[in-house]
Amino acid sequence: RPTIDRELLESLPNLKVIANSGVGVDHLDLKMISSFGVKVTNTPQAVADSTADMGMALMLASARRLVEGCQIAISPDTEHFAVDWLGVEVTRATLGIIGMGSIGYKVAQRAKAFEMKILYHNRNRRKMEEEQAVGAHYCEKMDDLLQQSDFVLLVVSLSPETRKLIGKRELGLMKPTATLINISRGAVIDQDALVEALQKKIIRAAALDVTYPEPLPRDHPLLKLNNIIITPHIGTATVQAIRMMAEEAITNMLAVLNGQPIPSEVV
Amino acid sequence: MEDQELPYVLIDCIEGKHGVYKDHLGFLKKRFCLITMKEYLENKEILSKKIRAIYMWYHKPVIDEELLRSLPNLKIVSSSGVGIDHLDLKLLSRFGVKVSNTPFAVSTDTADFGMALMLASARRLVEGYQMAVSPDTEYFPGNWLGVKVSGATLGIVGMGTIGYKVAQRAKAFEMKILYHNRNQRNKEEESAVGAVYCKKIDDLLQQSDFVMLAVNLTPQTHKLIGKRELELMKPTATLVNISRGLVVDQDALMEALQNKVIRAAALDVTYPEPLPRDHPLLKMKNVIITPHIGSATEDTRRIMMQDMAESIEAALAGLPVPNEVVL
Repeated sequence: RPTIDRELLESLPNLKVIANSGVGVDHLDLKMISSFGVKVTNTPQAVADSTADMGMALMLASARRLVEGCQIAISPDTEHFAVDWLGVEVTRATLGIIGMGSIGYKVAQRAKAFEMKILYHNRNRRKMEEEQAVGAHYCEKMDDLLQQSDFVLLVVSLSPETRKLIGKRELGLMKPTATLINISRGAVIDQDALVEALQKKIIRAAALDVTYPEPLPRDHPLLKLNNIIITPHIGTATVQAIRMMAEEAITNMLAVLNGQPIPSEVV
Repeated sequence: MEDQELPYVLIDCIEGKHGVYKDHLGFLKKRFCLITMKEYLENKEILSKKIRAIYMWYHKPVIDEELLRSLPNLKIVSSSGVGIDHLDLKLLSRFGVKVSNTPFAVSTDTADFGMALMLASARRLVEGYQMAVSPDTEYFPGNWLGVKVSGATLGIVGMGTIGYKVAQRAKAFEMKILYHNRNQRNKEEESAVGAVYCKKIDDLLQQSDFVMLAVNLTPQTHKLIGKRELELMKPTATLVNISRGLVVDQDALMEALQNKVIRAAALDVTYPEPLPRDHPLLKMKNVIITPHIGSATEDTRRIMMQDMAESIEAALAGLPVPNEVVL
C-alpha cells in the first residue's frame, strides 16, 4: 500500500521513485510504472536474515510437530504425555533449497550448522567457493532435488516462470516422508495439488508462511488439515527488520532523488 | 546340552502410551527375555530371582525399595534419556545396582528442539498460526511483530553436550553467544562457537536476548531461575527451558510473564508434566509449552533403545558399562 495504478501515476507528474518495503515486487506492474519513467526499488538486504530465520523456524516447527505439541500441552483433555508421539529429525537430514538468492543462501548457512546435506536448484549456479562454504550441491534438474530431499524449501521470487512451479507432478516426485516449506509466494505452489498431496499423504507435511490469497478463505481445505502449519506472512515481521526496511527504502529513495547510484533498483 | 537362556529383563509394558515401542521389540527380544510388570506380579516366586536388569522406558516401571528387595539378582537399571533426577541413586547404590542413561543419543534432537522453541517464540509462530487459521480472521494486520533471532544475544546456562550443540547451531544465525557453566570450556571449544564465558550468571542474564536452560537437575540447579534472576533479565528477553521444570521457580515465572518483566517463555519441560489443566501458564499468550518432546524422533528413540540394551549386556557380562551413571 498505497496501491499503484495508472490513474495515480498519471496524477503525479513529478514522481521519480516507488520505494518498495520488502523484496517481492510481484504486486507491482513494472512495465506500466517504467513507461512513466518512474524507478522502482526494493529492500533485499533488510529482509534476508529475518526471512531465512522464518524458513528455519517453519522447518523445525514442522519436523518436530511443535504446533501440535503445544496444542496437546494445553488441551483440557490431556491427562498424560504419550511417549510414542514422534516427529522427524532435522540434523543430518537433506535440505533442498529452490532459489539460492540472498535468502536461500542464508538458509543454507544456517542449515549447515545442523549438519544438513544441502542441495539447491537455481537459475544460475553459484560460484564454487560459495557452494563449498555451505556444502551445497547444485541440482541442475529440479527433479533430482525433489527426489532426494527430506525438506524442500521454496525461496524463489514470483515470476511467470515460477508460478505453480510446484504442482502435482513435483509433489509426486517428493519423498512421502518429506516436508514442503514455502517462504516465497503462495502462487509458486499449485494449492489445489498441495491439498490433495497432503490429504493422500503423498508428502508428510507442509509449512507455509505465504498462500494465495492471504488470508485464505475461512473454508479453505488447507485450514482443516493437521499436517500443515500456516503463518500469516510474517517472514519479515520483526521490530528490527521493519526498521531496517524503512531505512533501506529511504536510502534508495534519496539516491534516486539525488541522482546517485541506486543500491537496489528493480530493473 | 541346553541352550543358555536369554537374560531376564523387567519392563513396564509393551505398546500403548507408555510402553516399549512395538518396532523395538525385535531388537530387544533377540537379546533379552522381556518380562512385563504384569507378568512379574503374576509369577513373582519364579521370576524375582531371574530378573537381572530393568529396562526403564520413560520412568517406568517405578522403582522403590520393595521392588529392589524382591529382585536379589538385579545388576542394572538402564534408564532412557539423560535425566536421572527421577531415580533414587543412593537407594540403588545401597543395593549394589548400577545405573545407566542415554546422554549422547538425546543431545542432537534436544539441541534442535531448543533452537525450534527459541525461533518459534521469537517469531510468535504459534500465535501466528492461530491467527492464520482462525475463523474470525479477515486480514493479516501490518503491525504484528516478533523479535529477531539473527544477530541477537543468546545466553546458554549449562554448556554440556546439549548446550554446546545449541551454541554450534546458534553461531550460524550470527548470534552473540554467552554461557555459564560449572566449569569453563577450553579455548578451542569456546572459539569454535564464539562463546564468551560468564563466571557470574547475573552477567549472562543482564545481557541476553534469549536465555536457554540446558543444565541437568541437581540440588544446586533446583529453582536456579527465580524472581531475582528473572528481574535481572531484559524486559525484551525470552526464557527457553529444555532442561527440567524444577530448574525454574514456576510461580516466579508466571508473575514475571504477567507483569512483563520478561517478554516471553518457551518450555518443553514443566513441573509437573503435564501441568494441572487450570494452571495459569496454559492460558498465557506469551508462553509456548510443548509436551517434553526434546528427543521425540523415531531415529533418536531407536538409538536410545540400542544404547540401553548395550549397557544392560555389558553389566550382565561384568564388563565396563557404557553410559554408566557414576554414583
